[in-house]
Amino acid sequence: MAEGVGAVGRVGRGSALGGYLRAIGAIVWKDIAAELRSRELLGSMLVFALLVILIFNFALELDLRVRQTVTSGVLWVTFAFAGTLGLNRSMAIEKDRGCLDGLLLAPVDRSALYFGKVLSNLLFMIIVEAIILPLYSLLYNVNLFQPGLIVVILLGSIGYVVVGTLLSAMAVQARTRDILLPILLFPVVLPVLVAAVRATTGILQGLPLEDFQAWLNLLIAYDAIFLGVAIVTFDYVVEE
Amino acid sequence: MIKVRGLVKAFGVKPVLRGLDFQVDEGEFVAVVGPNGAGKTTLLRILASLTRPTMGEVSLAGLQLPGQSGAARKILGVVSHQPLLYGDLTADQNLRFFGRLYGVAELEDRIPEVLEIVRLSPRRYDLVREYSRGMQQRLAIGRGILHRPELLLFDEPHTGLDPDSADMLDDLLIKVTGEGRTVVMTSHDLIRAGELASRVDILSGGKIARSVKRGEIDPGELNALYYQVTRG
Repeated sequence: MAEGVGAVGRVGRGSALGGYLRAIGAIVWKDIAAELRSRELLGSMLVFALLVILIFNFALELDLRVRQTVTSGVLWVTFAFAGTLGLNRSMAIEKDRGCLDGLLLAPVDRSALYFGKVLSNLLFMIIVEAIILPLYSLLYNVNLFQPGLIVVILLGSIGYVVVGTLLSAMAVQARTRDILLPILLFPVVLPVLVAAVRATTGILQGLPLEDFQAWLNLLIAYDAIFLGVAIVTFDYVVEE
Repeated sequence: MIKVRGLVKAFGVKPVLRGLDFQVDEGEFVAVVGPNGAGKTTLLRILASLTRPTMGEVSLAGLQLPGQSGAARKILGVVSHQPLLYGDLTADQNLRFFGRLYGVAELEDRIPEVLEIVRLSPRRYDLVREYSRGMQQRLAIGRGILHRPELLLFDEPHTGLDPDSADMLDDLLIKVTGEGRTVVMTSHDLIRAGELASRVDILSGGKIARSVKRGEIDPGELNALYYQVTRG
């Protein structure tokens, strides 16, 4: 076995795009591998989400008709709260052992680090949503298995995670990060939550697409705009 | 390799570095010593492009920071007093992750090679959170040299190490320098800095107040000089 530290500067070649995608993939792989071991992030998000829908179920004691109308609100409050928990934890894992510096030292465009974290955060959020939806359907006796609803949940989750990942990178620098993230996040993400709730209500009530198309458009526009903003600003957010 | 001119860094209104000039030639091993709060870590973080300078010029191998920091990071390896490792991953997974991030060629061969260098091969598949502090620091060095950087920055790497682990780290530092790498290390340990480095720079008042080459003065004199400079 070679004992030397190795010849200087033999970093692998490849296209810039290849390196960029490889870095994104590496971060997603790392987050999944760490989560499979610790189950810290998904576990806390799931337990929290379950508790929220259980509490609403007992607190509201709703008849079937009213349940149809409050479902969208309860669902998105659950996703938003559980998502905040996940976003906070996801970035805290990077910060606590100085790993964020390890990421920032990588010779890739820092937006690749952002995209990697967005994808893994989105994956964890979707897993939680995929578990919560059938449980919610059972508890509230509401049919949530509708293709349109899946699209809205996906668009809403993307918007939430896109902004949340950026703001969690900002909040994690502060000692009061657990409190700071929701304070920063909820006002900014309010358009996503309102649009997602309205679009979800439209789908659950069987309204024609034209009636809630504007909310879907708002979700798509929000996702695209904030993704662009995050790519441009992430470098400044994470660098001192 | 490193050229710093008129470097100023202020956090809020408090300046930490005040027009610092600093130069390190290729293959040189420079130790930067100074009291707590002198700006040693800030200087290293600016060189590592983790912190933006307020004013001044910084270049690594001709690449200007922060403008060309992406390219500069390719030639840079950083070892901090924090391990920058994931406790829920094994040593192998940590190196695999950073190797992919850095685009290391022949990673499958490089991982066992690096683990052999830092003497952690038998613990390759153990979780990092189960490692002792010394083992974590050795793995951190493995992470730092994984992509075969030309320039190594060590920020107080001996912090929290027992004497055996600190000696092992010294052996590794000597090995690394012997291969022609440029090394900048911050330290509180004057004796160790004097023994390892080819030059010791004393940072005080936000500037390099004195520079001493190896052999110019003995360790006892370095100690006296340090107190004379830092206590003004």
